[in-house]
Amino acid sequence: MIRLERRPAPSRAWAWATPLLAVLATMVAGGLLFAFLGKDPLLVIRTIFWDPILGEFAFYYRGQLLVKAGPLILIAIGLSLGFRAGVWNIGAEGQYIMGAICGAAVGLAFYPLEARWLIFPLMVLAGGLGGFLWAMIPGILRTRFNTNEILVSLLLVYVAEQILAWMALGPLRSPDGAGFPGSRNLRHYDSAANHELISGSGMHWGLVAAFIAVILGHVLLSRHILGFNIRLAGASPRAARFAGVNPGLLVLTCLGVSGALAGFAGLFEVAGPAGQINIDFNVGYGFTAIIVAFLGRLHPVGILLAGFLMALTYIGGEAAQATLGVPAAAIQAFQGMLLFFLLALDVMTNYRVRIDARARA
Amino acid sequence: MSTPLLEVRGLRKAYPGVVANDDVSFAARRGEVHALLGENGAGKSTLVKTVYGLLRPDEGRMMLDGRDYAPASPHDARQAGVAMVFQHFSLFEALDVAENVALGMEVPPPMRELATRIRDVSETYGLPLDPNRLVGTLSAGERQRVEIIRCLLQDPQVLIMDEPTSVLTPQEVAILFETLKRLRTEGKLILYISHKLEEIRALCDWATILRHGRVTGSCDPRQKSARELAETMVGSELALPAAKTREPGEVALSIAGLTAASGAAFGTELKDLFLEVRRGEILGIGGVAGNGQDELLAVLSGESRSAPDSIMLGDLPIGSFGPNERRALGVLAAPEERLGHATAPDMNLIENAALSGRRRMGMVSRGFVNWGKARAHAEHVIEQFDVRVPGAGSVARSLSGGNLQKFVIGREILQQPDVLVVNQPTWGLDAAAAAAIRQSLLDLAGQGAAVIVISQDLDELMEISTRFSALNEGRLSKPRDTDGLTLEEIGLMLGGAHDLEIGQGLSAPDRAVEAGETSP
Repeated sequence: MIRLERRPAPSRAWAWATPLLAVLATMVAGGLLFAFLGKDPLLVIRTIFWDPILGEFAFYYRGQLLVKAGPLILIAIGLSLGFRAGVWNIGAEGQYIMGAICGAAVGLAFYPLEARWLIFPLMVLAGGLGGFLWAMIPGILRTRFNTNEILVSLLLVYVAEQILAWMALGPLRSPDGAGFPGSRNLRHYDSAANHELISGSGMHWGLVAAFIAVILGHVLLSRHILGFNIRLAGASPRAARFAGVNPGLLVLTCLGVSGALAGFAGLFEVAGPAGQINIDFNVGYGFTAIIVAFLGRLHPVGILLAGFLMALTYIGGEAAQATLGVPAAAIQAFQGMLLFFLLALDVMTNYRVRIDARARA
Repeated sequence: MSTPLLEVRGLRKAYPGVVANDDVSFAARRGEVHALLGENGAGKSTLVKTVYGLLRPDEGRMMLDGRDYAPASPHDARQAGVAMVFQHFSLFEALDVAENVALGMEVPPPMRELATRIRDVSETYGLPLDPNRLVGTLSAGERQRVEIIRCLLQDPQVLIMDEPTSVLTPQEVAILFETLKRLRTEGKLILYISHKLEEIRALCDWATILRHGRVTGSCDPRQKSARELAETMVGSELALPAAKTREPGEVALSIAGLTAASGAAFGTELKDLFLEVRRGEILGIGGVAGNGQDELLAVLSGESRSAPDSIMLGDLPIGSFGPNERRALGVLAAPEERLGHATAPDMNLIENAALSGRRRMGMVSRGFVNWGKARAHAEHVIEQFDVRVPGAGSVARSLSGGNLQKFVIGREILQQPDVLVVNQPTWGLDAAAAAAIRQSLLDLAGQGAAVIVISQDLDELMEISTRFSALNEGRLSKPRDTDGLTLEEIGLMLGGAHDLEIGQGLSAPDRAVEAGETSP
């Protein structure tokens, strides 16, 4: 009989090994899946993991990698703080949308005034504020009425999507758009555009913000008392109370920070790669960031790496769809497997496997 | 001499890293109360769990009534006539007594019949219990009766009792002992686990003493002094804490008219508390678990807030202050639950040192934690309090109970508190570790701090505290000097007779009746 036995202390080696093993296991299981679909598994895996970085068209894909990784990392850093504290914000997608709407609305309000020093910073602030306020809804409901923030934040994603559609069709619709849904394209409005910082690199302010978030997140968690309180509250809520942590305030802080970061991500996306508020603006970064946060062990540096890995599966996945005809659902299943294997292998951090010879008799 | 009813030969049970039982042998006859005596961690619980079929031994064999006995599960054990009353009850608070008993039975009879049988058994064995009461409303002693009656309904030959008196008042202990003596005359065998020596000397016919998983001796406990028993148990001469003679100083902390609801479901509301603790004294607060101990600690530590002037530190109202504001003022606390309240289990000792020491040890400046100072504090505690760990980087849950408790107490004491509140400071600790902790509390009081010790261990409170008060259903009795306090008086205080001076005119209903016969 195989038994799991609790380790006296969590294993550090396993904590770092599980993400790598999860990636390997995903490659094997995904390869089987692709083989069943009649594709050459090695070719598909190579297209996903190799070609975007070192293949023939890597010069294009590398930029795309940064574009995708930026919002994932920025959102995941915020989420990881809450997840560490046991505050489960599942609605980053909604906060991302609301940040984009608020930021874009501020920019569009100034159109066609040209004053980049004023307008773009204001948009960034408005974006963060939009995400922050949207996250305060589950926060206040939880601290006041003890509702479950998982449900509330998740359901608010669908509310945000409705608001997005309404904005794209109503208040923010471009007057010059010939009745098509969607706002003016912010990329064509210099004072509001989040341009590439180096042409063709994919590098934009959102990525800068993501890097800053990684550094600040790391300092916060390892050095700052707030970071300690966050980890303490997640590790043991009762001990946190004993240590003088105000649980309600901590919930609001975690939701607020993660909401604001998701809002920033939304703003940088709408003013940059996406360009406009439209019905199909959100593509699931807020949900994928949950996988990124866990894949990165809720550790800022881990999240940085995980963000790039997830971005790679996106870019590579699209390439595999385009060039090899792999169905989109198979790519999504492939990405889902990653979280699945990670969580399964995580057991090894706290438990070890014992094979009980005697019990077989 | 008749053949033994239960015989255990060469039993061995090993867990990873520890041998819980090693070559354990003993024999026990019908009509005997047989004590299994030993410190915590000596292997008593492992041994009886093996007898009850919860564990299977690695080596060795057991005989019951002359036949091979190897229960694969508690079900087998019950079939063979072995029953067990656990230290921690497994009862549903929202169900009544009869329903709880029915849940433990293989084939429960109809409810009305069961209620009658419960009444019969409870009368036969002198265990007053109403089958229709909700368990949530019962005292710990009454809950234990539910468990005992549940066992007796199976008409067992062997009844195992795991630390049955740890949650009882002296009066309830007396009732329990009467019941056990009656069972003995009926020819049943009672395996009685305890580390309370006086109890064992009063009740048991024979004792098997365990230490580090091995049998270190067996004797008739009535023929030995408590000290001799203790030394067989501990394996070395006991160091009794130094005397506690000291003139108390001015009032350090006082509570006046505090009423506080419990945050927890089935918690206990604190009702109209008055309390004063002076510099240089240890105030002992006794009482059976669940009478408001956790709530009292929370109110004192600042985890629960109250009206500002309900708690005074000297002249300063601190009732509305949080834990860290109180720590800054010198009011420190050590909760009962070592893992998950006093410490975060998965965090290391450096982080756990910062948990309570951040403010008073200056570990935080401008919001940033100085981990060097936290490490220094942790290492200081480890060194001063003889915490046996590989290093300050070990996570809290990797420590044994005794070592972690030394760390928790040391962490507070080395912050030089003016007022220290501890709840169950030696719960589950072996005699040596417990003595070390008691001594450190005495030393702290000796340096002029005011110490409040909340404990269920009356011997401990009598040993170290200068004054004694009992917590009962959220009320605190008037404190009395421990010198000259008799067991009967303590019993009455614990039983809730607050107006002790009036003596005879007690109105507390059935408890006063039980209080009639106390001294064992």
